[in-house]
Amino acid sequence: MTPIRIAFLPLTDCAILAAAKELGFADKHGLALELVRDVSWATIRDRLVYRQVECAHLLAPLAVAVTLGLSQAPAPLAAPFKLSLNGNAIAFSRSLAEAVGGTPGNRVRQPGRTAQRLADALRRLDRKPVLAVVHRFSSHALMLRYWLSYAGIDPDEDVELRVLPPPFMATALAAGEIDGFSAGEPWNSTAVETGAGEIVALGCRIWESGPEKVLAMREDWAEANAETVDRLLRALDEAASWCDSPENHPKLAQLLSDEAYVGQPAELIERGLSGRIKLTSDGNEVEADNFLLLHRRAANFPWRSQALWIYSQLVRWGFVEPSNQAQTAASGVFRSDIYRRALAGGRTPLPGASLKVEGSLGAEHGVASDKGTLTLGPDRFFDGLVFDPAHVGEYLTQLAR
Amino acid sequence: MRIAVVDESDLRSAVVEEGLREAGFRDIFRVPPRGAFVVELEKLSPDVVIFDLGSPSRDTLEEMLAVSRALARPIAMFVDQSDEEMTAAAIDAGVSAYVVDGLRKDRVKPILDLAVRRFNAFAGLQRELQEARTALAERRIIDKAKLYLMSTRKLTEADAYALLRGTAMRQGKRIAEIAQALLTAAELLEGKQKDESSK
Repeated sequence: MTPIRIAFLPLTDCAILAAAKELGFADKHGLALELVRDVSWATIRDRLVYRQVECAHLLAPLAVAVTLGLSQAPAPLAAPFKLSLNGNAIAFSRSLAEAVGGTPGNRVRQPGRTAQRLADALRRLDRKPVLAVVHRFSSHALMLRYWLSYAGIDPDEDVELRVLPPPFMATALAAGEIDGFSAGEPWNSTAVETGAGEIVALGCRIWESGPEKVLAMREDWAEANAETVDRLLRALDEAASWCDSPENHPKLAQLLSDEAYVGQPAELIERGLSGRIKLTSDGNEVEADNFLLLHRRAANFPWRSQALWIYSQLVRWGFVEPSNQAQTAASGVFRSDIYRRALAGGRTPLPGASLKVEGSLGAEHGVASDKGTLTLGPDRFFDGLVFDPAHVGEYLTQLAR
Repeated sequence: MRIAVVDESDLRSAVVEEGLREAGFRDIFRVPPRGAFVVELEKLSPDVVIFDLGSPSRDTLEEMLAVSRALARPIAMFVDQSDEEMTAAAIDAGVSAYVVDGLRKDRVKPILDLAVRRFNAFAGLQRELQEARTALAERRIIDKAKLYLMSTRKLTEADAYALLRGTAMRQGKRIAEIAQALLTAAELLEGKQKDESSK
């Protein structure tokens, strides 16, 4: 048995790691997983950078940021496997939701209109609303900034962005310390359930196919332990396939509800898994079949174009100076080559390309793979913009308009 | 040098503060990482921040370090690049240190070393306390099981204990486990548990 330590944060999207350990997928591939539960991304980053663990459940933008040296000590990271696609939401206090107006269902169905309504509400409010995110280098923060700026709201000027750990969000919202937040599940559902807030936007309606968590490791470790990495990816691929089957969701939610993992009621966790999301405490519900993807539609495949989209946003918000060197380093964090090497000959189809134009698919679409056709899901941004990884500069010009 | 100790555990931060005072440091401030702790830290404008790795508020702290206009000089995590082992030991102990730009390594290292030693000593004490509590609880369970055997089987205390010990040896289990199993079985047989749950 090869021991591997993996640090994680208690979130619904640690599902694949928990299933790999608890249901025997890791064992089958000769791996003894030790899952190290942490409570901050900074500590997970440090454990990874200073070799206290071999791998980590990490925010995709943070993996890029650590590689670019934007978050304390720089270290080249490799992310050969995505642990989740989508899975976030934005929740507002009831009073801010009321100021935005509209019905709960329409708010999440029309994110563009909701952003416009928020912009109108901001003109009427006598103070800047405080919106919390889990980390400056999180998909949540990038998504929230993207959504706000669509309606002409400057995320650095017109609102106050603050960083809070996800388990504190609902309480801070109830106490009036913040007016809204963006986090992963089950923490939006917790805010709804306690009556502290309402879900006003779903990540999957802002970008239908946004990278969320990755399995990250130090690049030098990945290179020195290629055979172990391959076995780990095969185990995670099998665990992911199990996790993504609707018939397994109740059992998975039960497993994750344990204190060792998320430690929240299984019923709340199941909402995110099934995509049946309660928006308000009085029962408004929507169904979003792509709320969280754990395996299907090549969810785990680390598209380099997605790493490049993250890079484009880091440039957009002034976190990094644009340069060819930084762009190449960012794109190199997502290791589609390792994914292909590890899963060659398996059941999961492997995409033929490593880059795609993000935001161009309006419906399910077949693309070339090593096993005939592979179905990709819709991947549009709510504003209809398209990200061509070959033209990052032009995309940024378009966004700046 | 102004040192802030930010720790979820008030007891442990007191232990760290005491150590720092003994080492001759004077300006030490203890700040629990709750509520508006970021504002408090900004006001204190420390040269060194000792931070508890077990606190979920670490991401909030790092954000403050990145954006705060109140802090005159940049402050970053203290890492001894020449000695990665020391950083690893600090993470193991659950300590991180942030220091203002320009502070010399040889001035910071003793502070972090001391914090690491105190965190480890504190963890050791907690472990001992936990073990002592467990031992005490086990002794109570064994005593209860002895009493039960003495009253139901009319045994002497010595015989009751010998019976528990003999059973434990045969089954390869600890005496406390056998005692607990006996008490649970007795409870079930007497229907106590049913009464408990219907209360």
